[in-house]
Amino acid sequence: MNRHAADGIHVSVRTSLGQFKLDLDLQLPGRGVTAFFGHSGSGKTTALRCIAGLHRAEGHIRIGEQVWQDADHFVPVHQRALAYVFQEASLFAHMTAQQNIEYGYRRIPAAERKIEIDQAVDWLGIGQMLSRTPDKLSGGERQRVAIARALLTSPRILLMDEPLSALDHNSKREIMPYLEELHDALDIPVLYVTHSPDEVAHLADQLVLMEDGRVLANGPLAETMTRLDLPIRTEEDAGVVLDSIITERIEQWHLVRCEFTGGSMLARDPGLPIGHRIRLRVLARDISLALEPVTGTSIQNIMPATIEELGEDKHPALMLVRIRIGTSPLLVRLTRLSANSLQLEPGKTVWAQVKSVAIIE
Amino acid sequence: MSVDWQPVFLTIKLAGLTTLLLLILGTPLAWWLARSKAWYKQAVASVVALPLVLPPTVIGFYLLLLLGPNGPVGQLTESLGLGLLPFTFGGLLVASVFYSMPFVVQPLQNAFEAVGQRPLEVAATLRASPLDTFFSVVVPLARPGFLTAAVLGFAHTVGEFGVVLMIGGNIPGETRVLSVAIYDHVETLDYTQAHILSAGLIGFAFLVLLTLYYANGRLNRSNTL
Repeated sequence: MNRHAADGIHVSVRTSLGQFKLDLDLQLPGRGVTAFFGHSGSGKTTALRCIAGLHRAEGHIRIGEQVWQDADHFVPVHQRALAYVFQEASLFAHMTAQQNIEYGYRRIPAAERKIEIDQAVDWLGIGQMLSRTPDKLSGGERQRVAIARALLTSPRILLMDEPLSALDHNSKREIMPYLEELHDALDIPVLYVTHSPDEVAHLADQLVLMEDGRVLANGPLAETMTRLDLPIRTEEDAGVVLDSIITERIEQWHLVRCEFTGGSMLARDPGLPIGHRIRLRVLARDISLALEPVTGTSIQNIMPATIEELGEDKHPALMLVRIRIGTSPLLVRLTRLSANSLQLEPGKTVWAQVKSVAIIE
Repeated sequence: MSVDWQPVFLTIKLAGLTTLLLLILGTPLAWWLARSKAWYKQAVASVVALPLVLPPTVIGFYLLLLLGPNGPVGQLTESLGLGLLPFTFGGLLVASVFYSMPFVVQPLQNAFEAVGQRPLEVAATLRASPLDTFFSVVVPLARPGFLTAAVLGFAHTVGEFGVVLMIGGNIPGETRVLSVAIYDHVETLDYTQAHILSAGLIGFAFLVLLTLYYANGRLNRSNTL
């Protein structure tokens, strides 16, 4: 087994809950955020509970070099080096926020502690609320305390089950920056269950698409979002998220140049420093294709691209096309008529004109 | 006017020890009843609840046979050199534990069920073993249940009469508890003494329940998330 495989996560579980059957076999990367995405009832939460050992399924679970479950062994939940954030914060009602975050921390041998209380309090910005009991905290504050509490067990992996779904819009906006910061600061894998495309766009590096207890797709975010054989492609806001870095600021026009692997685009200046990592969201409907580099257009982001695959869209008048700029895949939505008149086919070089690109904040 | 304090102290001793024993025995039983999915769980629950519906004389009668010289438990206690339990304080204690069991087990079971699955799962993901979880999470969250169980177990033992008569008799300092003493006073037409003890018991029972309801009202409010 090579080193990369030993770093990764292997989950192979089968279980049934009444009529519902879950059957997964997943290889996941050993770092970054893997989003389990699907409708409610698709089995994503059950999958997470199986990995944690909260639901006892048949199969094998290996996190890096640690085997948590195989044919003969089942490591009980409290002996697994995991942290779990539940949908509702589930703070212990008889303890203050401080006692809550210390609960797991005190149960870890001092030598194994990698995250200290001050650090977690600082990351989640909960210093002001430590002396309060859970009933004196807002929903968003409770969830931040719960995340700090989970991280203070210095876990080998972080499991999050729709941590934002029970929160109102404002609380979601309040927590998202903390999650994004954790995404950059943690060097442990995060498995993140969600049904929100928005949260996927903000946080995910890897995407696992689930339906009816099975895995439809598992791969890096951009590659999976641009696959033409999956149901997400037909959503109204189908598109792709590109990891990029701000490399240039054009003060005069309030624009920044964002570089991704294989190309760069201009976007509105978000006020972040040069060198900052950001995510660009490009919707399929915001790209058009041309056979020649067009001049005399208002569109600034024009790049050569290669056609990779053409596929069906929801409406028969439309088509979806996966193109590649350098190594980055993008999805383009156009009419069947245009595709026909441009004689688009795999391998053909075209010019992609990106009308609009959003920096995800 | 002199009050015979001996039955009062004996009653407190009996009720106190009964409550203590029941909290020790009843807690694991209630936990099992609250969590188990075994098919025979309802049968066990029914046996625990029997004293609620049976006349105390029935329980006293069978305990008497069981603990007596010809009963299996009686023969065991005799062969162990403990003597026979009927008509001793020990026998009364054993009987009280059976008789007051539902009053301790049921509030505990309800409290454990109310704690629910989630806090246990959270504690497990925070590296707490099941036993650790029980003492650090379940007991504090089920505190109103423990209070109710202790108070009801104590108060109900104070109020028992039929079982005492059947298995304890009326031996001063040994088995002559308050309820029996009151019965004695009435039989001998000593209404003054009967009044003192009876009115005292009414006051005691009222105070106990009042304290319980206030305390649980406060706890329940502070425990809502």
